[in-house]
Amino acid sequence: MKYRHVLATLVAATMATTVVAGDTSPAQLLKKFEAQAGTSGSPERGRALFTGTHTGGKPDTPSCTTCHTTNLKGRGKTRAGKVIEPMALSANPSRFSDSAKVAKWFRRNCRTVLGRECTPGEKADVIAFLSSI
Amino acid sequence: MIRKTVSSTCLAAALLLSALPAAMAEEGVQLPPIADKVTRTECSACHMAYPAVLLPKRSWHAIMSDLSNHFGEDASLDAKTEQHIRAYLEANAADTGGRLPAISRGLSPSDTPLRISELPIIRSIHEEVGSRWRKRVGSMGKCNACHRGAERGRFEEG
Repeated sequence: MKYRHVLATLVAATMATTVVAGDTSPAQLLKKFEAQAGTSGSPERGRALFTGTHTGGKPDTPSCTTCHTTNLKGRGKTRAGKVIEPMALSANPSRFSDSAKVAKWFRRNCRTVLGRECTPGEKADVIAFLSSI
Repeated sequence: MIRKTVSSTCLAAALLLSALPAAMAEEGVQLPPIADKVTRTECSACHMAYPAVLLPKRSWHAIMSDLSNHFGEDASLDAKTEQHIRAYLEANAADTGGRLPAISRGLSPSDTPLRISELPIIRSIHEEVGSRWRKRVGSMGKCNACHRGAERGRFEEG
């Protein structure tokens, strides 16, 4: 009886945690940004944005690949030396599953690399690109 | 690991240690690690979560007031999280709840260092770290490259 109660509590807690941590999916986010942009996400445009060298952002980070590297199925590294898990969905299925996390890192990293926030169209392109590789 | 026994390094380390007898260990020093989960999670996303006690309150205030320009990156947070972390860091700083006044040794009250590695006492302790090691580690901000327990507040002697 007691065991069952504890088990039920644990299951409920796990489910609650899952809902909080994984409140969205790459497909859902892609759809949302596409709707906001009024265009379809393009893997090619996403690749150009993600791997391109930009000006306007912070001088030490001219590209997303400065930290994420060009091997997006592999791990990247922050400038301060911390490991960044792979960005490619095929290598890291947990990417783009937490809307607050996605919003935070798009805001920070687009400002850092581009010197401005990304448009919904650009976010759709990046998700389309990272879902395609 | 760096194995050096250099008197000036030891003297500076001893100064730091002597200021915190309760935290004195056989070798090295144990500082209170970040106890707050939100602070630990957010501040360890890109770099190790530095113990709050390693900077005075005014430094944490300045750092938390300019997260959009955080050592060359945008590290902005939502207002609620920012406020929470600011409150924790300021309450546990060297000259507040952290009670490690030795950190401010040699520091002018008008100076507001933004890097722990810029503090006179920290520079002094690390003076003897050779250029080979500095190059290998890449940044003095990676405390845990040499002090393996740094994220838990444990700074063994190098």
